Amino acid sequence: MKKIIIALMLSFMTSGAFAGSHTPCGPTEGSINILANEFNTYRIFMDEVKSCAGSDVDFSVTHSVDHNKLQVAALSANPSEFSAKLVTNGSITPLMNDGLLRPLDDLIAKYNPNLNDNQKISIDGKIYAVAFMANAQHLWYRESILDELGIPVPSTYEEVIAAAQKIKDSGKMANPYAGAFKSGWNLGQEFVNMYLGHGGEFFKSGTAQPNVNNEKGVAALNVIKSLTELSNPDFLTQDTNAVKEEWESGNVALMHVWNSGASSLLDDEGDQAIRADTRLAPSPSVGGGSIPATTLWWDGIAIATNTSDENAEASFRALVGAASSAELANNYADATVWLIKDYKGGNTAGPVVDAASRGASPYPSFPHMSLLHGALSTELVEFLQGNESAEKALADVEAAYIAKATEQGFL
Amino acid sequence: MPHKTFFWFFFPTGLAMILFIGLPIVSSFFQSLHIENQQILMEVENCDPFGCTTNVRVDVEATEKLKEENPLGRFNGFGTYLDRNHLAFDEIGEAWSASSSIGEFKDIVLNLPFYKALLFTLTFCFAVTPPVIFFGFIVALSINTLTKRLKGLIVFGTILPMIVTPLIGSLVLFWMIDSQGIIGASIKILLGDPNLSLKSSSTLTWITLIIYGIWHNTPFAFIVFYAALQTVPQDPIEAALIDGASRFQRVRYIVIPHLYPVATFIMLICLMDNFRVFEPIIGFSAEGVAQSLSWMIYQDLRNENKMLFGSAGATSMLTIIGIAILLTPVLLRTWKEFRTER
Repeated sequence: MKKIIIALMLSFMTSGAFAGSHTPCGPTEGSINILANEFNTYRIFMDEVKSCAGSDVDFSVTHSVDHNKLQVAALSANPSEFSAKLVTNGSITPLMNDGLLRPLDDLIAKYNPNLNDNQKISIDGKIYAVAFMANAQHLWYRESILDELGIPVPSTYEEVIAAAQKIKDSGKMANPYAGAFKSGWNLGQEFVNMYLGHGGEFFKSGTAQPNVNNEKGVAALNVIKSLTELSNPDFLTQDTNAVKEEWESGNVALMHVWNSGASSLLDDEGDQAIRADTRLAPSPSVGGGSIPATTLWWDGIAIATNTSDENAEASFRALVGAASSAELANNYADATVWLIKDYKGGNTAGPVVDAASRGASPYPSFPHMSLLHGALSTELVEFLQGNESAEKALADVEAAYIAKATEQGFL
Repeated sequence: MPHKTFFWFFFPTGLAMILFIGLPIVSSFFQSLHIENQQILMEVENCDPFGCTTNVRVDVEATEKLKEENPLGRFNGFGTYLDRNHLAFDEIGEAWSASSSIGEFKDIVLNLPFYKALLFTLTFCFAVTPPVIFFGFIVALSINTLTKRLKGLIVFGTILPMIVTPLIGSLVLFWMIDSQGIIGASIKILLGDPNLSLKSSSTLTWITLIIYGIWHNTPFAFIVFYAALQTVPQDPIEAALIDGASRFQRVRYIVIPHLYPVATFIMLICLMDNFRVFEPIIGFSAEGVAQSLSWMIYQDLRNENKMLFGSAGATSMLTIIGIAILLTPVLLRTWKEFRTER
């Protein structure tokens, strides 16, 4: 784990006196078509990619919160719909399973971009992606509200629940807590965080057999249930963007969302009083454990296998140009935790570094993880509505996963 | 019409139906009998910003080779139809022996994805269709009595719910029933319950979806009834007037019998349409509490990182069978009437 911290710290500390001298920007032929998730930091990154691409090539980008669902189908076609995809350690696995990403070693050797070594994502010795930012979900709180009620910043979920209850009882807010509990990927992710926080393992070791229906799974579900009881009753329809809106409307005093949310929560738009009162805190631990109940993520660029070499090269040059632009990282130092070389570090990186240093694990990269995540997405709803016991919900998750994994050839 | 003339008359339609409806169904059926090839896993070393770890990944080359040998995947017979995510006979058998009461058995069965979806689909069908026919008829009768000048405008206004794309229509309503939206907030004030949320309770979500379904489908029934009303013969109505029949009696004994075949037609189309209810579930973000058969197909093809073709194919086949069963009584009845008329 120490290595991780050092690696992360290094990327903040390396003082860059001079940067951007040989960015491989400026492709002159081919067309660039990128598929990416939809949130503000990605938009900032894409602006840089676009300026890097210049005016000689066709450039288009599709931002969609449904990128996970689109990616495999879109990149399987030959020629593929998109020439490049912004991936994370979660979304890269299904693409790798089908061999839809091309190794970048040749292109990196050819253009020799100014990258940190830890930006190069290598799988089985080949580089398949170039990371540009790190991300994690962590706690956010409204300082004035906690101060007024004399609540210390919570460091465990038990304290979060007590704090939210206190705020609710004080009558200041009806639903003081918020998390992305929308049924679907978001809800699955909340369970992943909480289960890892309890020290759970998703699969029986060395197999694709699920392993969530146990004490740790039940404990994780019960914590999630307690949190949702202190959330907006519409929690099953709220994704990360909806939660951020709740925050900006002043309806929420505690939330657990992505670090990259800083770029839209701490910008000049919206209620500046709320912005000034918004504080970031480390992700809480849970159930007496020491590791924070969150997962570490990297976001990076990857190039499609089924696109022409010309388009691949153009896309690589524009994207890697942005992924090695110290100017971008330092101009938007607080937008996220950039992994870009010569990044001087911002004010919002703390919770991510903290999560890494306290031993949070990266999102699991098993090839069958997405199927389990999918089963979690749909089968936990009835428990949260109080129609089903935790054990039953987890048994349903395992059964639904087994049926799908059998069909996909993993079992 | 001589058979030969009929054949050549029907041939282009028949050909198009075979090409665009028949063949895709056959192909979905074949796909539903297969599952993916075995995934060959291998251990590799991965390095990322958080360090290097040993992990498993799919051996793409070996898996690709298997795929070339068996492009359809492994033959699984009706295995996919019988698995837990579809008909789940094994699970139902277990539930039967394990449960002590019918209620408990029912709970276990309705918790299985296919039966959960079937329950909502059927509830939606049967809750939406009768009100649609009723309201469509009432609206058509009322508009028929308007003066010519007003008619055009009112007809346009009435068919608006049908013109609005279902996804957009349901999204608009979704925002209105939000606890801070105009309808949601008003209901909260009216009932005096500040914690009421239409979106969080499954019963209320079902009711919302059904009301949306009625709102969206009524114009269709209205427009068909309205057209049919223009064909009601005036002589018997005038005769009834002379006999002193009230407006209700005229509608009950002359108009309704005349429109009866039209009502059957509307019911048929409505049942078929509502059986494949899908857009409102997405629009209302109601996936959590209300799933339909069509939504299950969407889930298999869209919500997984990898498309589950076999599973989607199996659900499609079951949906087709469901529609066939649902329509049989209506079709049988129409056939009988047709026979007696001849």
